[in-house]
Amino acid sequence: MSAKLEDANTIPQTAKSNSGTSGKKIKGVNYNKWGYFFILPFFLVYIIFQLIPLVSTFRYSFYEHYISQGLLSEEVIHRFVGIENYKTVFTDKETWRTLGNTMIMWLMGFVPQIIISLLFASWFTDLRLRLKATGLFKTVIYMPNLIMASAFSMLFFALFSPNGPVNDILIHAGIIKESFRFFSHAGATRGLVALMNFLMWFGNTTILLMAAIMGIDPSLYESAQIDGASSGQIFRSITLPLIRPILVYVVITSMIGGLQMFDVPQILTDGTGSPYGTTKTMVMNLNEHLYSKNYGMAGTISVLLFVLSAILSIAVFLITIRPDTSEVKKKKSKSK
Amino acid sequence: MKRKDDSGAGLTIHRVICYLVLIFFTLLALFPFYVLIVNATRAHADIQKGFSAFFGGSVVSNFKAVLRDDAHPLVRAMLNSFIIAASSSALTVYFSAFTAYGINTYKDFKFRKFANGFILLIMMVPTQVSALGFIDLMAQFGLTNTFWPLIIPSIAAPAVYYFMLSYMESSLPMEIVEAARIDGANEFKTFNTIIIPMLKPALAVQAIFAFVQSWNNYFIPQLIIDSKNNKTLPILIAELRSADFTKFNMGQLYMSIAFAIVPVVIVYLILSKQIVRGVTLGGVKG
Amino acid sequence: MRNMKKAIALSMATLMAVSATACGSSSKTSKSIKDLKLTNGGKVLRIYCWNEEIQSRFADYVETAEDEIDGTKIEWVVTANKDNAYQKKLDEALKAQPSKEAKDRVDMYLIEADYALKYVNSDYSVDVKDLGLTDDDLKDQYQYTKDICTNDKGELKAVSWQATPGLFAYRRSIAKDVLGTDDPEEVQKSLASWEEFDKVAAKAHEKGYKMLSGYDDAYRVFSNNVSSAWVNDKKEVVIDDNIMKWVDQTKTYTENGYNNKSSLWDDTWNADQGSAGKVFGFFYSTWGINFTLLGNSLDTSVEDGGKEEVGNGAYGDYAVCQGPESYYWGGSWLVAAPGSDNKDLICDIMKKLTCDKDTMKKITEDTQDYTNNISAMEELAASDFHSAFLGGQNHIALFAEAAPKIDMSNTSAYDQGCNEEFQTAMREYFDGNVTKEEAIENFYKAITKKYPELKKPE
Repeated sequence: MSAKLEDANTIPQTAKSNSGTSGKKIKGVNYNKWGYFFILPFFLVYIIFQLIPLVSTFRYSFYEHYISQGLLSEEVIHRFVGIENYKTVFTDKETWRTLGNTMIMWLMGFVPQIIISLLFASWFTDLRLRLKATGLFKTVIYMPNLIMASAFSMLFFALFSPNGPVNDILIHAGIIKESFRFFSHAGATRGLVALMNFLMWFGNTTILLMAAIMGIDPSLYESAQIDGASSGQIFRSITLPLIRPILVYVVITSMIGGLQMFDVPQILTDGTGSPYGTTKTMVMNLNEHLYSKNYGMAGTISVLLFVLSAILSIAVFLITIRPDTSEVKKKKSKSK
Repeated sequence: MKRKDDSGAGLTIHRVICYLVLIFFTLLALFPFYVLIVNATRAHADIQKGFSAFFGGSVVSNFKAVLRDDAHPLVRAMLNSFIIAASSSALTVYFSAFTAYGINTYKDFKFRKFANGFILLIMMVPTQVSALGFIDLMAQFGLTNTFWPLIIPSIAAPAVYYFMLSYMESSLPMEIVEAARIDGANEFKTFNTIIIPMLKPALAVQAIFAFVQSWNNYFIPQLIIDSKNNKTLPILIAELRSADFTKFNMGQLYMSIAFAIVPVVIVYLILSKQIVRGVTLGGVKG
Repeated sequence: MRNMKKAIALSMATLMAVSATACGSSSKTSKSIKDLKLTNGGKVLRIYCWNEEIQSRFADYVETAEDEIDGTKIEWVVTANKDNAYQKKLDEALKAQPSKEAKDRVDMYLIEADYALKYVNSDYSVDVKDLGLTDDDLKDQYQYTKDICTNDKGELKAVSWQATPGLFAYRRSIAKDVLGTDDPEEVQKSLASWEEFDKVAAKAHEKGYKMLSGYDDAYRVFSNNVSSAWVNDKKEVVIDDNIMKWVDQTKTYTENGYNNKSSLWDDTWNADQGSAGKVFGFFYSTWGINFTLLGNSLDTSVEDGGKEEVGNGAYGDYAVCQGPESYYWGGSWLVAAPGSDNKDLICDIMKKLTCDKDTMKKITEDTQDYTNNISAMEELAASDFHSAFLGGQNHIALFAEAAPKIDMSNTSAYDQGCNEEFQTAMREYFDGNVTKEEAIENFYKAITKKYPELKKPE
């Protein structure tokens, strides 16, 4: 989930012209060669620490490769097996179950997140409502975003444990009679994971959507108000269509982030994905294979993750490159 | 006039509903932290007896228990996390600006287009997918259990690069570079002495985000670090989850979590204006 | 331009230098573990272990100053046992042994019964005879503690200071209420078989008590009485019928409300052992009485200024009996690592801690732990030794009867993983989340993931 933080800060700008003067020639000196110097460190580091590992991860996916964990032997099993690992992974229920878990928990957190964020963003920017203390609200709801996911999970584990404060409060309030074991119910545990993701991200999304709404030409609102449109009408027919590219961007980057979900369920369930594996995510599955040094299977799951995020990334790319055209088309078909 | 929303009473009701909903979610966001702080001040036995909304008097003894726990050297872990996060953050912002400057200033070298396109392409690749090759390579380099694998890779941060590029495109006039050239400064020096100071506001915000990201990072560090003295804060917190429960002191547990959370919250409260603005600074202008 | 070229050249050179040194440090020496010799004169004694139990034994009976024995510093490397974390850490350190200098090597490490074979059958452990221990030194140790750590060649690789027969620790006050007596012999009669045990569970339930705290409480009693080991010669994981009996019993108990649905070591389980607990009893082994149960029974912990005395929580309200079947649980063995530079010191420690009758008797008297010295234990069993915590009972007498019955023939190197994963998988079945078949399937999934070399039987 950590990658999401960065992504969220850098909404790609739509087609921007390179307006700066070119660095061609001043006093007959060609400075362009300096370009290599400036991009060199990035690429060196990227190639060594990301690209080579990526290639070797792909390579491992075609090998049976592990070290015996139960016996103390030096022998490493290393054997080319072609697409055998892929067959195993694709026929393995665990693969699809972890993918399903990941998507379900992501959705459970994301749907309320986008709804609440849209609601808050529209309230905060509503000129007629003129809400006070919005700065304070924003500050508070954004805060969980910066909290260490592992500490946050550990905190939730303590809060919702059978003897923890939440059960205690619920019992005292007379809502339940005996401790509810949150971590023994699939729905409850998944719900907690989703709640944490929601808490960590809804502030961030609210702020992004607010910025998007504030970027809309105010004259559009003014004329709508003069025409007597209600807040709801304005929101539906002006705000929503105009922030749609950002909305789609938020959905897909969040989905990519969701695909990487690890810290929260890992620590909440102590890596077990309990109850009965209903909170085990794809990356947790990958982590288990990494832990037992079964590099063949780990490599194959990595490739699968790579392909899934590549598909989503391409979607982001296509949407942010040509948002306006698709927007216009949609709007037209809607208005008919 | 159909503007019924604008009529005083309707608007007031609307406003009240808004405030109630906002307050509800604010309390929801604050509740876990409130319980955390309260329980961090209470003794183990009190916590076992049940929840209380009031602070206890065991701050000092819980604090001491955390410091005393040799199995979970939390202070050491904080120091480790700080070293890693501060170095990563510095490298990330410096080299992202460095790379972006190269792409933004020199419009006409061979791989420019390719380089820019490539960085955009890799922006979305999760670090998890190359984790296997990464730990394998680090083991071959003999860097397992060192901080290097957690620091050096932050030089290549595509998202921050992209932010810096956007920022430079919109607010770094080329005239400044040209003026420096006329003064005879070399390009590297120009970047360090003239450009970097100009980018300070943007760098500062990105540095905070990069710091927090590194500070909170768990997946890769837990694969790289396993010696007790090199562990980072998230690893240690995760270990509390699977610790020897026979010796579990809940007051100490809450205090440990507070160690991981409170410093960030304090920094955030001090800088919240800049940070909240920074979230959107990425340039949602169009 | 020249500057730029220089800068590029410089950064390239730095990078190459960095990667070169990095590679250099990891290059392997050709030495193997078999070439390593034991030497003397080391300044640091490096010991790998998973909890503080051994540290306190060292502090009380071996060390001459804090973390020091006659001038040799002790360096403890503690890694939690769970999920094979300790084994992994230890394996890495042992495999790196040949490439390290003597002063940086592991000197000694601890192992448990659940994975003892893994180390005992490898070259990464030293025959205690090579250290200087003699048959005469070892004569008073329980045979089973030696059998499990003897490899196929007949070499004894590890020694223990404790013997760990299991028993059933019950609350006297609850026993009185349910059975009308708290006398260990009378209670034992009511619990002598599983059928009897089940009847008492039903009675306890009627009175508002739980027979056991959680799912895993009785696990060891069943898993120690299996007919074959977890893993067979074909590297297949086999679930023994007796372990399935545990599954069925626990399911019944859960459905009937005879247990509190806790798991070993979780906070409910710990709380159930305190004065507010409503649980009849706990299957515990020797070390558990002093290491875990005693601490949990106190209302005010020793750390918070409480005293270990009657009146503080459930102190004095416990007693022990044999229970329905004999079993063992846990135990730690000391192993010398090849290439250590503290040969004589290790030998002295092993002698002192695992062979010396006086020391071992004193450990039992001080801590109530049961030690691995037959004659010392028999002396105590026959004496008026008694435990205030157990309401004045001489539990050593009970242990002395149980210890010789321990049979560790059906162990495998994979037991820790199998036990952990099986309990985890079955928990879902007990919670009613999956069917028995699904739970078993999940177990096979998890165990083959943990040990890539194992497979599910065809």
